[in-house]
Amino acid sequence: MTRSDKAATNAADAAPRAGAQTGATRAASAMDADTAASMARRARRSDHVATGVLAVLVGVVCLLTVAMVVYILASGGTKMLDWSFLTSNPSDGGIGPEIFNSFYLLFLTLLISLPLSLGAAIFLTQYAPSGPVTTCIKTIIEVLSSLPSIVVGLFGFLVFVIKFGWQFSIIAGACALTMFNLPIMVRVIQQALEAVPRGQRDAGLAMGLTRWETTIHVLIPSAIPAIVTGVILSAGRVFGEAAALIYTAGQSAPAIDFTNFDITSASCPWNVFRPAETLAVHIWKLNSESVVTDAAAISAGTAAFLVACILVFNILARIIGRALEKKVTAA
Amino acid sequence: MTTIEPETSGASATAAAAPGAAPADAPRTTPAERPSDGEHLLSTRDVSVLYGDNRALKPTTLDFDAGTVTALIGPSGCGKSTFLRCINMMNREIPHCRVEGHIWYGGVDVNAPDTDLYEVRRRIGMVFQQPNPFNKSIYDNIAFAPRRHGVKGRKQLDQLVEESLRGAALWDEVKDDLHKSGRALSGGQQQRLCIARTLALHPDVILMDEPCSALDPIATLAIEQTVRDIVATGICVIIVTHNMEQAARVSDRTAFFYLGEMVETGPTAHLMKMPKDQRLSDYLTGRFS
Repeated sequence: MTRSDKAATNAADAAPRAGAQTGATRAASAMDADTAASMARRARRSDHVATGVLAVLVGVVCLLTVAMVVYILASGGTKMLDWSFLTSNPSDGGIGPEIFNSFYLLFLTLLISLPLSLGAAIFLTQYAPSGPVTTCIKTIIEVLSSLPSIVVGLFGFLVFVIKFGWQFSIIAGACALTMFNLPIMVRVIQQALEAVPRGQRDAGLAMGLTRWETTIHVLIPSAIPAIVTGVILSAGRVFGEAAALIYTAGQSAPAIDFTNFDITSASCPWNVFRPAETLAVHIWKLNSESVVTDAAAISAGTAAFLVACILVFNILARIIGRALEKKVTAA
Repeated sequence: MTTIEPETSGASATAAAAPGAAPADAPRTTPAERPSDGEHLLSTRDVSVLYGDNRALKPTTLDFDAGTVTALIGPSGCGKSTFLRCINMMNREIPHCRVEGHIWYGGVDVNAPDTDLYEVRRRIGMVFQQPNPFNKSIYDNIAFAPRRHGVKGRKQLDQLVEESLRGAALWDEVKDDLHKSGRALSGGQQQRLCIARTLALHPDVILMDEPCSALDPIATLAIEQTVRDIVATGICVIIVTHNMEQAARVSDRTAFFYLGEMVETGPTAHLMKMPKDQRLSDYLTGRFS
């Protein structure tokens, strides 16, 4: 018995129980059941088709990205695991200074951009009156977040390197990366703050707390998992950025000496006014104007290390975000 | 900036003596005039609310006394919550919202621009529709605001937490896990935690905005019992509800709102039995909801 037949019999069976139903209404209800069944069948079929299409699309995207990551890790993996490659100077075919520069630059960038973006996001979500000015600022931030990084880099070159006379330096690079990073961080923190239920804020205000107290003691603790996750993810982006740094932090990595604490010396790792090539810039330089013989292998090894770092960032973001979430909600 | 002297003397003048159903000899105050001291704990005079140019609440004049529960009833969107949020000036947090009229509390007009908002909100607490304990432990949920307002000392805070939890009839249920998250409690317990948190500031008035609408019947009865207990200590409770039975169970006086207008007010039993206004009697008989 097909499904529609069954539905029809069910409807017909139900009729006598319902009492005084005429033959005409019985026929009508049987037909209704029939159409309903065929409609349900059609809905099910289109649901299957849609699910299949989506699965194929997702499969393609996953395959592409996984293939890329696997290719990068495979072609540079052995080089990446070589300790002397990771620690020696570029003149010896290593990337030691680049690794340090990348992390130091990331640290400085976050040091500048985190307080700025936190303040801006708090102001925009909690204090700014909703009006044309605020909307305009929010739009500008969004536009800024899609600014090509080479434009940021050249702007940084003109302003920080030339105008401010900082030369090619870590600090010029950090400032350029801040410009590049700021809009994304503001957006992330803003969304994290907006995602805190309104009731939390109202509860704080209704107990006679100021907006500032409510923001610092109620909203930020609730939003911290999302903020931390967002900051780490944006750190991954900053870590892999090259175009904004080529003309600001420079393309040379002078040998650094960790025993040197004279912060005016070019070989002192902490000197913010020394030029500092990062991993991503190193890859770009190796492939565009390389003079070393095994440039391809070094580039592959550097790329693998960079990807591995970003992978670790992402995993950390997830683990820390979840741990904080658990701690905050503590249910 | 003005400081507020709460009228403790008015606490003895209880429910039945409020002026909506008042005897004829009760002095009528003209709208802008300040009511004489000691008469009511809280009085609103022609309070109205505008969202932009849209008047959400027509001028409303009501009085509230210490030790009484006043229920604000009416269909959704009738302005009862809007009115409630005027009393502790939560409407100021909503953009383009303007409150007109006078809210006399302890000899001060709450709606005056120079009133100390934070002081008012400490004295006039609020419990919301959705239980909204902070992402903190039960202990900190209660101790947080008093700490910010300058209560120091472990002992003092411990005592305050216990006293507040007892006040909200939650102590026996949570006394062994005060350091558990407030979010881990059941909905009804969370709402009582929110009441306890409000009690910790020793308010004169507690505003409740449909505090039971997210709760099951048993939790609802527990909250209602808590409300009666709180009121017995001399606090004035103003509760918004769309549940007529709840208003009947819990309140001394009722005010009925309809389409942004305060239509009728009086002692609850009287109002429910003999509504004067057609709209109220329609509402009571369920002709609209």
